[in-house]
Amino acid sequence: MTADVAPAPPVAGAKQRAHPVARLIWTRTALGLVTLFIVSILIFAATQLLPGNAATAVLGHNASASAVRTLQLRLGLNKPPATQYWDWLSGVLSGRLGTSLANGQSVWGLVGPRLLNSFVLVVLAGFIGAFIGVGLGLFAAIRRDKPVDHALSVGALAVTSLPEFVVAIFLVIIFSTVLLHVLPGVSPLESNSGALKPWQAPKELVLPVAALVVVIVPYIFRMMRAATIEAMESEYVEMAQLNGLSRVRVLLRYAFPNAIAPTIQVIGLNFLYLAGGIVLVEFVFDYPGIGQGLVNAVADRDIPQIQFIVLVLTAFYIFMNILTDVVTLMATPRRRVPR
Amino acid sequence: MTAPAPAPAVPAPAAPRIRRREWLHILTRAARTPRGMVGLGLALVVVLIAVIGPFVVSYPPLAFVTVPGSPPSAKFPLGSDILGRAVVLDGGWQLLLMATGAMIIGVVLGTAAGIAAAQLRGWRDGLIMRTVDVILAFPQLVFALLLVSILGPARWLLVLAVGISHVPQVARVMRAAALDVSERDFVKAVEITGVRQSKVMSGEILPNLITPLMVETGLRLTYSIVIITGLSFIGFGLQPPAPNWGYMINENRIILTSNPWAVVAPAILIAILTVGLNLFTDAIARVALGIERAEKIIAEAAGTGIVSEIPA
Repeated sequence: MTADVAPAPPVAGAKQRAHPVARLIWTRTALGLVTLFIVSILIFAATQLLPGNAATAVLGHNASASAVRTLQLRLGLNKPPATQYWDWLSGVLSGRLGTSLANGQSVWGLVGPRLLNSFVLVVLAGFIGAFIGVGLGLFAAIRRDKPVDHALSVGALAVTSLPEFVVAIFLVIIFSTVLLHVLPGVSPLESNSGALKPWQAPKELVLPVAALVVVIVPYIFRMMRAATIEAMESEYVEMAQLNGLSRVRVLLRYAFPNAIAPTIQVIGLNFLYLAGGIVLVEFVFDYPGIGQGLVNAVADRDIPQIQFIVLVLTAFYIFMNILTDVVTLMATPRRRVPR
Repeated sequence: MTAPAPAPAVPAPAAPRIRRREWLHILTRAARTPRGMVGLGLALVVVLIAVIGPFVVSYPPLAFVTVPGSPPSAKFPLGSDILGRAVVLDGGWQLLLMATGAMIIGVVLGTAAGIAAAQLRGWRDGLIMRTVDVILAFPQLVFALLLVSILGPARWLLVLAVGISHVPQVARVMRAAALDVSERDFVKAVEITGVRQSKVMSGEILPNLITPLMVETGLRLTYSIVIITGLSFIGFGLQPPAPNWGYMINENRIILTSNPWAVVAPAILIAILTVGLNLFTDAIARVALGIERAEKIIAEAAGTGIVSEIPA
């Protein structure tokens, strides 16, 4: 990037201004950290500081008074709210996440391996979906109004806004139970640290990744197609064509760079979506990621695990949001110029 | 101000003739496009099943009538579920009511926040939008899951949680559109006469936000259904024995090989409903904004529902 040109030409009298991309990164990161801080308060309040008594909520109304008291002490519910929150936050920041209420194991030991599994799922689905979406979008735009374009567009319409668990269920029905038996519908991976890693069992990844890809591709496809068509109709592309440049060159050198910027934003938004989308897809395929971990933790009312997993997901969400904005800005040179 | 404001760089699209019931006009035009017709048709099929379903079922839906997981027969057209109850598709109206409730909460609160932020400007704008950004940091499903995790999935809490999770998306869109409207001369003119801000917002700005309002309504209704059925699917929606399509799918997965219809039928209904609503929303956006912008808005909405801008 141009940011690498370190010694900026000293303009007499002009105040040194940070590069707009650098400035964006700084301000957004600072704002993101503030947001994350407030988010952490919200997470804590929703789980532990509810009106009423979190201990009773966890144990049920039939729990004995002594059991409730033990849990209250363990969660520190007898302390003032601010102290409780501080204890939790300082614990998270220093890597002391506490132990699960469900089985007494350390929260990090339970969630850590899941993080890796989910990361593999998100990265695979995100990049595969992005490539397929951009490729199909470009292809449909070139073949605009031809049968292929119509077929692709109708296909995209038909799957746009399908809930991911419905897609996942249909994949299970087609590929692993009712119609065919070619792929495993339930992942045998486990979440303990010594277990098989997802890349050691690629077959188990196929259906979960496919479900997520099916959900995100239509959006990326539609944006890429619309943006490419818009660029192809612009005057600079017409100019390039009139100059006698080849079709391929016009498309790749002139139309593509302008179409990719809004598409990158949509790809980023789809990565954001994946942070929530993995919850249901992992649940369907019994895939041991943090999404499934969250569902289990909520079912067990395992407060320390819920708090940590939601914090991780929101941190990812905030970070991806910043990254999306930065990459979109870098792909849109005209917006980089400070105004 | 005495000097006339300099003409804006881009002239406003041909002075909008205030049409009464503009929304109705957009709706009917959208319903006449092929896309809108198909979308509305699909959605109506599901609504019809949801509404008349409970009346055409001749046996009590909770009775154990036959062998668990038996395939479709003359008496039970969709076979039986995991407990030997006949597969009937009632319970849709609960989903529709809850989704509508969540949509209304999201759109009303979001619109209020967005317009207020745009009109009040300054620190209040910052405060409102930063507050909204906090909720935006949660994936919607995770936000709802967090709220029901300890309090339990009560019906009102589900509706409220999903509704609040819509607020940031709606507020951002409405703020952008309202900023645009609040710059126009007729709003400035009304402001100068000393009318209260709240009156300006409800009387001058809101009526000019019909297009984004309609698109947002469609988007949020679709997403409400996606989230609520998703929550039901993992067991945090309405609790059994309340009939519930999402939970049905999950519960009957085990008998998928003996009676796939117990899973396929509710899954198809949910699919038809969300796809139909999305198509109709798409048609509305196309009619009101033109094909290219509509295409981008729907594409941008993606799974997160985050749309940067819907022009007023």
